[in-house]
Amino acid sequence: MTKLIFRSAAVFLALGGIVFTGCSRVSSPRTTVKADKDRHQAPDFALKDVDGKTVKLSDLRGDVVLLNFWATWCSPCQIEIPWFVDFQQQYKDRKFAVVGVSLDDDGWTSVKPYLEKRKINYRVVVGTEETSQLYGGIDALPTTFLIDRSGRIAQVHTGLVSKSEYQDEIVKLLDSKDAGSAPEPVTSSRLVSAGSPALLFAR
Amino acid sequence: MEAKLTAQLRSGYHCNSNTPSDDYLIPLRLTWTAAPLEVAGVVYPKPEMEKYSFSDKPLSVYTGDFDILTKFKVPASAPVGPAVISAKLRYQACTDRMCLPPKTVDVTVPVEIVK
Repeated sequence: MTKLIFRSAAVFLALGGIVFTGCSRVSSPRTTVKADKDRHQAPDFALKDVDGKTVKLSDLRGDVVLLNFWATWCSPCQIEIPWFVDFQQQYKDRKFAVVGVSLDDDGWTSVKPYLEKRKINYRVVVGTEETSQLYGGIDALPTTFLIDRSGRIAQVHTGLVSKSEYQDEIVKLLDSKDAGSAPEPVTSSRLVSAGSPALLFAR
Repeated sequence: MEAKLTAQLRSGYHCNSNTPSDDYLIPLRLTWTAAPLEVAGVVYPKPEMEKYSFSDKPLSVYTGDFDILTKFKVPASAPVGPAVISAKLRYQACTDRMCLPPKTVDVTVPVEIVK
C-alpha cells in the first residue's frame, strides 16, 4: 500500500496588498486641485471604444477631462460610475468629458455586457498594461485623474471619494480661466509614481 | 491525506470567498496540478458576510487568517519516491475604499510517496 508523506503539511501564504506602506495614498477630505505650477502633462494614449472608434486623450485638449481607471470586478468603482454619468450629463455643454479606462484582464468580454446593462453615457475604452504604466502603474482601483483644459493633471484620487469632492474639483476646473494652452514641449511623457499620487511627475 | 494551506490577509483587506455574492466578483480559487496524486476535494473555509460602504448588501469574504484544506488520493499507479505537487491560488483583495487587481500565487508542496 502506498502512503504519502508531505514534506511540509501546511503551506503558509501571506496575501493582500503590500502597496500601501508609509504615506497614505488616501486623498485628504475636501482637497482642492493642484496649483498650476504643480500640474504635469497627462500622458497621451489612443485606445478603442466599444464601437471600435479611437479615443485619443490629446483630442480632448480644451475639455476638462475626468479619466477614470476601473474594472467590472471592482465594487467601489460601481459606486462612482453613476456619479460620472451624472457629471457627463450635467456638464456636457461646458466642454467636459468623462473617459473610463477598464483594466479588466479579459477586456471587452467582460466590459461590453457591463456597458450594455448600464446606461453609461461617456466613452469607455479597454486599457492595457502600457496604459497603466504611462500613468505610473495603476496599483489600485478606482484611480481617477482630473485633467485641465491644457491637458495637465490637476488632481488624482486613488480609491473611493465622495461625489461632492469630485463635483467641487470639476467646477473649479470648469470655472478656471485656463482656456487650454499648447502642450508642454516634451517628446514623450510617462508619469512615475513614487508610491503616492501626490508625487507624480513627468520625465 | 490532506494538506492545509494557511493564507493571511493583511489587516484592513478582505478578499472574495470562493462563492462571492455577485457574478462580477472574482472568487478565491485554489487549483492544483497534483499528478501523480489525485485531488479528492478542496474544502474552503466558511466565509464571513460583511457589509462595506461601497456595497448595498453584505459581501461573502475572507479576512485575516484562513485555511484551505485539500484532500488527496494516492492512486495505486503512483510511482514511489519524491514528487512535487503545485497549485495556484487566485484571489482578489479590497479595502473598504479600493481594490487591488486579481492576483495568482504559486504554491509548491514536496511530497514523498512510499510503500
